[in-house]
Amino acid sequence: MSHAQPVPDDRGHYGRFGGRFAPESLIAALDEVEAEWAKAKDDPAFQAEFDELLKSYAGRPSLLTEARNFSEHAGGARVLLKREDLNHTGSHKINNVLGQVLLTKRMGKTRVIAETGAGQHGVATATACALMGLDCVIYMGEEDTKRQALNVARMRMLGAEVVPVTIGSRTLKDAINETFRDWVANVDHTHYLFGTAAGPHPFPKLVRDLHFVVGAEARKQVLELTGRLPDAVAACVGGGSNAIAIFAAFIPDESVALYGFEAGGAGADTDQTAASITAGSHGVFHGARTFVLQDEYGQTLPSHSISAGLDYPAVGPEHAYLADTGRAVYEPVTDTEAMEAFRLLCRTEGIIPAIESAHALAGAMRLGKRLGPDAVILVNLSGRGDKDVNTAAAYFGLVDSEGQA
Amino acid sequence: MTATTLQTKLAQAREADRAALVGYLPAGFPDVDSSIRVIQAMVEGGCDVIEVGLPYSDPMMDGPTIQRAADRALASGTTTDDVLRVVEATAATGAAALVMSYWNPIERYGVERFATELAKAGGAGVITPDLIPEEAEEWYAASEQAGLDRIFLVAPSSTDRRLELTTGACSGFVYAASLMGVTGTRAQVADTAEALVRRTRAVTRESGLPICVGLGISTAAQAAEVAAYADGVIVGAGFCQRVLDAPDLETGLVAVRSFAEDLSAGVRSR
Repeated sequence: MSHAQPVPDDRGHYGRFGGRFAPESLIAALDEVEAEWAKAKDDPAFQAEFDELLKSYAGRPSLLTEARNFSEHAGGARVLLKREDLNHTGSHKINNVLGQVLLTKRMGKTRVIAETGAGQHGVATATACALMGLDCVIYMGEEDTKRQALNVARMRMLGAEVVPVTIGSRTLKDAINETFRDWVANVDHTHYLFGTAAGPHPFPKLVRDLHFVVGAEARKQVLELTGRLPDAVAACVGGGSNAIAIFAAFIPDESVALYGFEAGGAGADTDQTAASITAGSHGVFHGARTFVLQDEYGQTLPSHSISAGLDYPAVGPEHAYLADTGRAVYEPVTDTEAMEAFRLLCRTEGIIPAIESAHALAGAMRLGKRLGPDAVILVNLSGRGDKDVNTAAAYFGLVDSEGQA
Repeated sequence: MTATTLQTKLAQAREADRAALVGYLPAGFPDVDSSIRVIQAMVEGGCDVIEVGLPYSDPMMDGPTIQRAADRALASGTTTDDVLRVVEATAATGAAALVMSYWNPIERYGVERFATELAKAGGAGVITPDLIPEEAEEWYAASEQAGLDRIFLVAPSSTDRRLELTTGACSGFVYAASLMGVTGTRAQVADTAEALVRRTRAVTRESGLPICVGLGISTAAQAAEVAAYADGVIVGAGFCQRVLDAPDLETGLVAVRSFAEDLSAGVRSR
């Protein structure tokens, strides 16, 4: 299908989604980020510095790996993995943080704050701040600091201050609330380095732009390898940064189907889910109109996923728009399906994926069976699974209840 | 259009050459019936206007005290319908009753339905801390139709252009955030407050739109200080704190009434 109106519009609307539902205190700062990014985007010196960091620090371009053995489990379709797991810090997150720390310096700010759920974005942010000599404070739900103690240690090793958030449900959404509260009070010298393609305008667009390289590289790599465009692109969706990262360059390619796989948890029809497009409804959350898991009075419902990185009760507004227009299709993948795909990739390809990315792999298995052996499916392997070894070991019974072999 | 009770209250205060006292409490804190009694004590103590808070799961602009109060309200099962019931009881005290709400619960309830029900309950208007005029198209229509005041916020970081835009979109009053930060008590009134009121006055000279100042005001002396240049003084966390600190509701009511009396004296000593 074609898109008559470019999105977002100049106020950050993606059709009826997106926008800026933020306190007046933050509008000036959001305007500043928007204006500075508009300038930086067209500044060759900025782009050169960003590209150089992506190349010599993050390790781009990331590889495209054909998963020949895994393919058997995906109806024989060719499965091509975009290896964001091989980036420095272990996921696609590094693209966005490197871009935003450069932007922070351009704005003359000296302090960076960020939220983190599983710790991937927090670690990436702490890394980039260490590199650039910026003060760094990471807000993390107290529950998540317990689940991801090793990542807390990593961030502290990198010089960041990690603040456990003890209010509300003590998870990612509350960490985001707390980071906004810090930002309101310190906005004159602080940049909020938002980690996903959600939040008030311009964050969804800024984060998409900084990750655009992922899909652009992959598109070229798939053409080189197969001589054609893929039939489908698959990514996991929590807030949706890795999905928009790999989708964006393919949106104009009408023959390429785009699939986002949400965290179904125990099932999208249960209350133990994080599948906000499948199971949620229209609402305003964290600064944007989007799909959100909420009760009949608009109170946010607790989300659930085995993957901390997808455990978020809403989704970025561009995904809401792509779902609404039908340009992308969003389906839930349960914890069980994701863990089976996780196991299969480990065993068949010798790659331990992040549990987040395992949702995309489970989706690719489903798509491959649907599309058959002639299909080419591109999967964003958005992160590596080192951080998930404890969860996976407990899930598969590889260690006893004390975590001993 | 006839004046709302809010407009009348603010005009009366102006006539008496004092600032109005605006008190905030989340509906349902500590439970629905008790919140009505706390609000009655606030009005007895001298509040002219009550902001009935609609408790929300993700209060991005609130500090720990109001977060705790809202959490208690949600835990006690408070719904939007309960909020409307508290508004009705508030209006019955003779004070002007406003709702202070993050936008999502209103949108979820139905913007037009909420406006209609609120007007029916005797509410005078709504303060929307995370809704800016640019996103408020549906709210304009619904509030116009129901005859409700629309209160948006201005902040020390607002540009002059935005002060003009935002005050132009308000009726009743404009909420001037005294500082860059979230709700909660502070040792001193921020020096950004007076400057913001002065800049806001410059764009409301013709309309005469009242300016009420909130965030961080929690003593009679602070209320007096702000009353010197503002049309209204907004106090929230201080009331919540007294309820949180009290061993039982009756003790809390005494403390709340006496606190309102102190503040009320403050807004009268310009």
